[in-house]
Amino acid sequence: MGIWSCIGTTLDEVRQSLFEGRSGIVFSQERKDAGFRSPICGNVPKPDLKKVLSRNVRQMMPEEAQYAYLATVQALEQAKLTQDYIDSHEVGVIYGNDSVAEATMVAMDKFRQAGLTAACGSGAIFQSMNSTVTMNLATLFHLKGINLTASAACASGSQSLGLGFLLIKNGLQDCIVCGGAEENNMYGIASFDALQTFSTRLDDPTKASRPFDRDRDGLVPSGGAATLIIESYEHAVKRGAPILAEILGWGFSGNGDHISTPNVEGPTRSLLRSLESAGVKPTDIGYVNAHATSTPIGDSREAEAIAQAFGDYKVPVTSTKSLTGHEMWMAGASEIIYSMLMMKNDFIGGSLNFENPDEVTQCINVIPETRQQHFDMFLSNSFGFGGTNSTLIIKNL
Amino acid sequence: MTRQEIIDQVNSLLEEEFEVEQSEFTPDANLKDTLNLDSINLVDLIALVQMTYKITIPVEDLKKIQTFNNLYDYIEQHL
Repeated sequence: MGIWSCIGTTLDEVRQSLFEGRSGIVFSQERKDAGFRSPICGNVPKPDLKKVLSRNVRQMMPEEAQYAYLATVQALEQAKLTQDYIDSHEVGVIYGNDSVAEATMVAMDKFRQAGLTAACGSGAIFQSMNSTVTMNLATLFHLKGINLTASAACASGSQSLGLGFLLIKNGLQDCIVCGGAEENNMYGIASFDALQTFSTRLDDPTKASRPFDRDRDGLVPSGGAATLIIESYEHAVKRGAPILAEILGWGFSGNGDHISTPNVEGPTRSLLRSLESAGVKPTDIGYVNAHATSTPIGDSREAEAIAQAFGDYKVPVTSTKSLTGHEMWMAGASEIIYSMLMMKNDFIGGSLNFENPDEVTQCINVIPETRQQHFDMFLSNSFGFGGTNSTLIIKNL
Repeated sequence: MTRQEIIDQVNSLLEEEFEVEQSEFTPDANLKDTLNLDSINLVDLIALVQMTYKITIPVEDLKKIQTFNNLYDYIEQHL
C-alpha cells in the first residue's frame, strides 16, 4: 500500500492521523480570491519530482499522476515488488481517475493565447487524457499487463480494485497495481463548487466535513493518490510477498436514477452483492467504512442502505472523509488503505465531527471517538455521480 | 539582436526549458542528443523558438537544424 494524502504522505503518518482524528482540511485563500463559494479543501503537499524524474518524463505527468507515482513507489516497496521482478513478469495496472481539468485548461490557454498548437507543449496530450495516470504508471514502471483506467466518478478507485479482483480471480492476471488519483487544484472542482454541494462552514474548516451528523451542510473536496498491489495468493506466496489481506468480495450496481442524487435501492444492492460475492454474513463484518461525504441527502441514503443490508446487527460505521474530505476518484482506494491501517492496528478511528445523528442517520451505529477494537473483516462503500456503486469486502490475513 | 545576444538568450531559454546546463552546449554539439529530445518533445523546441522569436520552422527546415550553431544561424537569418 502507498498513499499521498492530506492526512499524511506515509502509511505511518496516515495511521497516526486516523488514530488521533487529525483533519487534513484547511481554508484556501487562493480559492476564496478566485470566487469559490466554499474555499476549503484538503491540504495535499505538492510533490517535487525534479530530482527524481527527468524533465521529459515529468512533462507527461499532471498533478494526479505525480501523486500516483509517489504512492506507487511506496506500495511497490512495501510489497517487495522490485523493478527487476516487474521487468521479467507481467504486472498490470488499473487505476481510478476521472478528470484532468487543470492540465487540459493550461494547455488550451496556451494554445488560445499563442494561436499555435505547438504552444500546448509535448506533454499536453498525455496529461489531458483521463488515462494519464495509467499511461504514466505503466511507462514509468514498465508494467506489461492489463493497462486500464477506471472512470466511475467517486467510485473510480473502488472499481479499479473490483476489476483487478475479478481479473485475478479468473486467472487472467497474477498481479496488478490498483488505486485511485484525484487532482487537488481548484480547476478540477470549480464546477462542482457551483452546484452548492460543498460545505460553507468556513469558521473552522476542520469541522466542515461531518458525515452523518445532523448539522452537516456539504462535502469538502480533496485529492491525492492511493495505490494497492493486489495479486493471486499463489503468486504472492511464490515470490515471498508480505501478504496483508484478502479481497473477499466485490459488489457493484447502478442506480439508473438521478444523475447526482443517490437513492437507497442501488447502494443496497451493491452492499448485498458484496456480501454474497464474499460468501459472508453481515455479522462477519467488523467495520464499515462508509462512502458518506457529508452531504445531507447522500449520507441519509447510505445510512438507510447500510441499515437495510445489516438488519438488526449494528455494525460500527465511520466515514474517514470526516478527516480527509472527499478524495473523489481516489477515495475508493484510499479508504481501503485507511481501513486496512485500522484493521492492522486494532482500532477504529472516530468519525470526526459526528456529534448528533439526524432522524435518518440514527439508524446506524456511527463511532464518534477513536477506540481500540480488533476486527478481521471490513466493508468499504464508494458511490458516484450517475448512480455508480461499488462495495469491497476485505479480510485480514 | 547581435549574434552573441541571440546565442546568450537561446542558451538561457534552452537551459531553463530542457533542464540541461549551458556548460554542456557547444556550437557543434548535436541539439537532440544534448537536450535529450525525441520526436515528441522536439515540439517544445519548435514552440520555444516560435513563441520567443515569432519564427515558424517548417518541417523541411527542421531537418537542417542539427547543431546549436544551426539553430543560432536559423534564428539570426529569420529575425
